[in-house]
Amino acid sequence: MGLTPPDSTGDQATALDAASPNFITTRLDFLQNWARSNSLWPMPFGTACCAIEFMASAAGRFDLARFGMERMSFSPRQADVLICAGRLPFKLAPVIRRVWDQMPQPKWAISMGACASTGGIFDTYAMVQGIDTIIPVDVYVPGCPPRPEGLIYGIMMLQKKIMGETFTDPTLRQEHLVNSDGLFLAPERIDELSEPFGNSVHQTRSA
Amino acid sequence: MTGPSASVAALRAAFGAAVERDDLICGDAIVWVAAARAHDILTWLRDTPGQEYNYLVDVTAVDYRDPEHPLEVVYQLRALDRAEDLRVKVSLQQSAPLVVDSVVDLWRGADWLEREVFDMFGVSFHGHPDLRRILMWESYNEGHPLRKSFPLRGHYTRAEQTRQALGITPEANYSMEELSIAQAYNDLPKDMQERLEASGRLEGA
Repeated sequence: MGLTPPDSTGDQATALDAASPNFITTRLDFLQNWARSNSLWPMPFGTACCAIEFMASAAGRFDLARFGMERMSFSPRQADVLICAGRLPFKLAPVIRRVWDQMPQPKWAISMGACASTGGIFDTYAMVQGIDTIIPVDVYVPGCPPRPEGLIYGIMMLQKKIMGETFTDPTLRQEHLVNSDGLFLAPERIDELSEPFGNSVHQTRSA
Repeated sequence: MTGPSASVAALRAAFGAAVERDDLICGDAIVWVAAARAHDILTWLRDTPGQEYNYLVDVTAVDYRDPEHPLEVVYQLRALDRAEDLRVKVSLQQSAPLVVDSVVDLWRGADWLEREVFDMFGVSFHGHPDLRRILMWESYNEGHPLRKSFPLRGHYTRAEQTRQALGITPEANYSMEELSIAQAYNDLPKDMQERLEASGRLEGA
């Protein structure tokens, strides 16, 4: 028993090896984006029940390591993607802003769940109505909380977005800092993003 | 518990008119007392043999929707030895300043509970060692959120709220002084004091 190679292939393989090049040609953008999108280290910013689903995504059954995300980066200095998993009260707004500012470029942000994306059911005095009023967001994952499949779909969308980037685009790596009036966006834009919607419009007994 | 609490009758005998009203709701004994005598009555409830309410479960407050209705500060007491509960309420007229005597000198656990009532309802606790906000940040200036007169979304626009929030210094909320165990030296049990001294962590405290 055993595999007997056909007569000619031995010589042919040797010939191919000697002649084959030990380099490949590709686009630099492709290579860079491929590397980046498959080694996203998340900065977990878990504040609520979404964080439980996020932990489930990282554990064995769903296994974020498949996407090169096995290392949770609890230091923002080594992180690539900020995942805000849960509601963000105003008291935490300066904290997430500082974490975001400490992350080096290139960096991305995922807003996980209804509360992080819009304030969700918490249309109150204490809650940020969507973290996009505080930091720029790349992918919004809907759900209350989203299942791990949902978060993983969001991550795959982010990977797709990264694959479409080009390093010659100077706007991509711009820092969007809090400007001189103490806000990240124009005040009108924040008011517009924070407007009540859905069931929440019936709550306005005052203001 | 069924039937009226024996503590209520004893209170009436000891304090007379300072006990304004009592009630039994779902088996819970509730007694309303005058704000001026509240501290005396709570001291009496803690120290008198036969009462000995040695555990302060909670301090909270209730603001009723009717603006004429007084705001009530609620003390939930428990006598651990007898497994008996008593709820003491103090009514504060909305027209006057909301002030009541602190009970931190009776139960140390009242410290953060009273700070929370101050933060959320604006009730001042006279004699509290460190009365300042505990849930909202210290520079928060929209008012006291659990008052019925406070709008659900707050007084300011979302943009203004965001601007003020981004201006908070996080270090001010989580100061090391507050968390440092060396600062609490005098309140620690003896064995912990000895261990702290041996470890040298008292330097610079």
